[in-house]
Amino acid sequence: MSQVLFQALDLRKHYVISRGPFRPKAVVRALDGVSFTIQAGETLAVVGESGCGKSTLARQITMLETPTSGHLLLEGVELADASKDVLKNLRPKVQMVFQNPYASLNPRKRIATILAEPLRIQGALSAQARHEKVNEALARVGLRPEHAARYPYMFSGGQRQRIAIARALMTQPALVVADEPVSALDVSIQAQVLNLLMDLQQDTGVAYVFISHNLAVVEHIADTVIVMYFGRIVEQGPAHAIFASPRHPYTRALLAATPRLDPADRVAREPLHGEPPSPLAPPPGCAYASRCPHAKPRCREETPVLRELGVQRVACHFAE
Amino acid sequence: MLEVRNLCVQFGSGKAALKAVDGLDLSLAAGEVVGLVGESGSGKSVASLAVMGLVDPPGRVSAERLNFAGHDLLTMQASARRKLLGRDIAMVFQDPAGSLNPCFTLGAQLMETLAAHEGGSRHALRIRALELLRQVEIPDAEQRLNAYPHQISGGMSQRVMIAMAIACNPRLLIADEPTTALDVTVQAQVLQLLLRLQRERDMALLLITHDLAVVAETAQRVIVMYAGQVMEMGEASVLFNAPRHPYTQALLDALPERNRGAKRLTSLPGVVPGRYDRPAGCLLAPRCRFATLRCHTEHPALLGEGPNRVRCHFPLNADGANSAQRSESET
Repeated sequence: MSQVLFQALDLRKHYVISRGPFRPKAVVRALDGVSFTIQAGETLAVVGESGCGKSTLARQITMLETPTSGHLLLEGVELADASKDVLKNLRPKVQMVFQNPYASLNPRKRIATILAEPLRIQGALSAQARHEKVNEALARVGLRPEHAARYPYMFSGGQRQRIAIARALMTQPALVVADEPVSALDVSIQAQVLNLLMDLQQDTGVAYVFISHNLAVVEHIADTVIVMYFGRIVEQGPAHAIFASPRHPYTRALLAATPRLDPADRVAREPLHGEPPSPLAPPPGCAYASRCPHAKPRCREETPVLRELGVQRVACHFAE
Repeated sequence: MLEVRNLCVQFGSGKAALKAVDGLDLSLAAGEVVGLVGESGSGKSVASLAVMGLVDPPGRVSAERLNFAGHDLLTMQASARRKLLGRDIAMVFQDPAGSLNPCFTLGAQLMETLAAHEGGSRHALRIRALELLRQVEIPDAEQRLNAYPHQISGGMSQRVMIAMAIACNPRLLIADEPTTALDVTVQAQVLQLLLRLQRERDMALLLITHDLAVVAETAQRVIVMYAGQVMEMGEASVLFNAPRHPYTQALLDALPERNRGAKRLTSLPGVVPGRYDRPAGCLLAPRCRFATLRCHTEHPALLGEGPNRVRCHFPLNADGANSAQRSESET
């Protein structure tokens, strides 16, 4: 199974922002040199605070936007500067599950129509074959065939998220990008949906990009983890290594901030003060320096690069 | 200080009536932190709104007793009650961005609260508002007074909401999902701030949340609600270590951190009962793995002595063992 499915190399996405008629335009570096690899059938988790570039990354991977520079390779095919026709053929291979199942299903369409739409766009199957596929998909996510004729408002949040997952899997994708798929759900429902995601991965061999801020969930589901801050990767590596020995102060702060049930799991609070810097005025040097308790003068001058440290890669001058 | 006995909130009437809160007992002493947990639809928010007197018709609130610091909130005149609310009982809501008025500056909104309850000259109010912003650790407080809600981040908005809530030195602060919309790092900051203020002012804090881990870290006592009823209540350490109600146990078991190393999470099948499929017996019976015939027909009462109570015919043993064997021998 260890086969490279998806690769991002030095991916950048910059947005040009107009700040009014008399001021120069500003550039927001939402993604600034991000590289990673996803193996077939594995789960890559992306964690970080809001505004760190997680969702921008999802939009590049799902081909909803074209990156400013860098390379994106899906099974060896370049996506970054591919033509519309090539992208159209590739899109079925990468699908998405959104955060809010109340907003991501069209309230005026029946479940059958919602689920058949990806197939209809592909245009390869007859109506009869699509109908069968819809029933199969419903059964796979634990819903019954009679649910196909219903409308989204008739379902609870957990059921809707199952439908959204079924829709993402309709085209038999190799990669599903799930943007906070369980953060809108209750604990007991969250467990059901996480189990479903893992079962489907086992059955279909699909790979996930799992975007989340809930580290407890990430620890459970992820094979590899990327920690992002301010558009850059500050730490990446196998999940067990990152949770056992986080090297970057930001990763440690995230772990310490996660509330824990068991008093034994609670890490001594290294409270994180302040908020990320403004993307319109990025500071020189390490973007985390303004909040880092260990920041030295060097951190404010020189931007740290990702470097190997054991099985992990860390962007910190003083990670040892 | 706050004493609630048999609080019920009903929407609709006759057969279609929905009991959003069904017989809630709650007492809070000064300086106490109590966590109210439950999934969506369990009635935890409605219960707190009922205490605040914010349930509008067609919702109907009834209770045997609804006392706050010697005042009977039920029989009190509306005007007197309004004076009490916001001053002695304050509330922080879930969505900070949605609870601030986008048309007014933060300073104006803070000063409005102060003017309504304490009064004073504009200058004095402004100084108080500034002081409040500093207390909730907002940097550049002076400039923020003139900022509009869209100019500050979510975490900052929640700090402003907290500043507003503590403006008149309340004795009871109800925080309804205060950190749900925030990042973990900001969540930790906001929780620390709430607890610091609670300690400094000896406030009672009712923390409503669906996040069990947050409650485990902050509260002394916990109340677990399900479909409008209290399933279990007790001291936090006892309840989290040895839950007696299968629902509490299921909630805890569903958390990834209780399943470390396991491939699958232990999940609770099914969903919360709705308006029309409310079970006749125990509300959890259709989802409970220990349910027996008696559970399906007979509604259990909230039993127990002292602070620890449980609403179950067959509560779990201290070691969390299955009570089914016991029930079998009984039937």
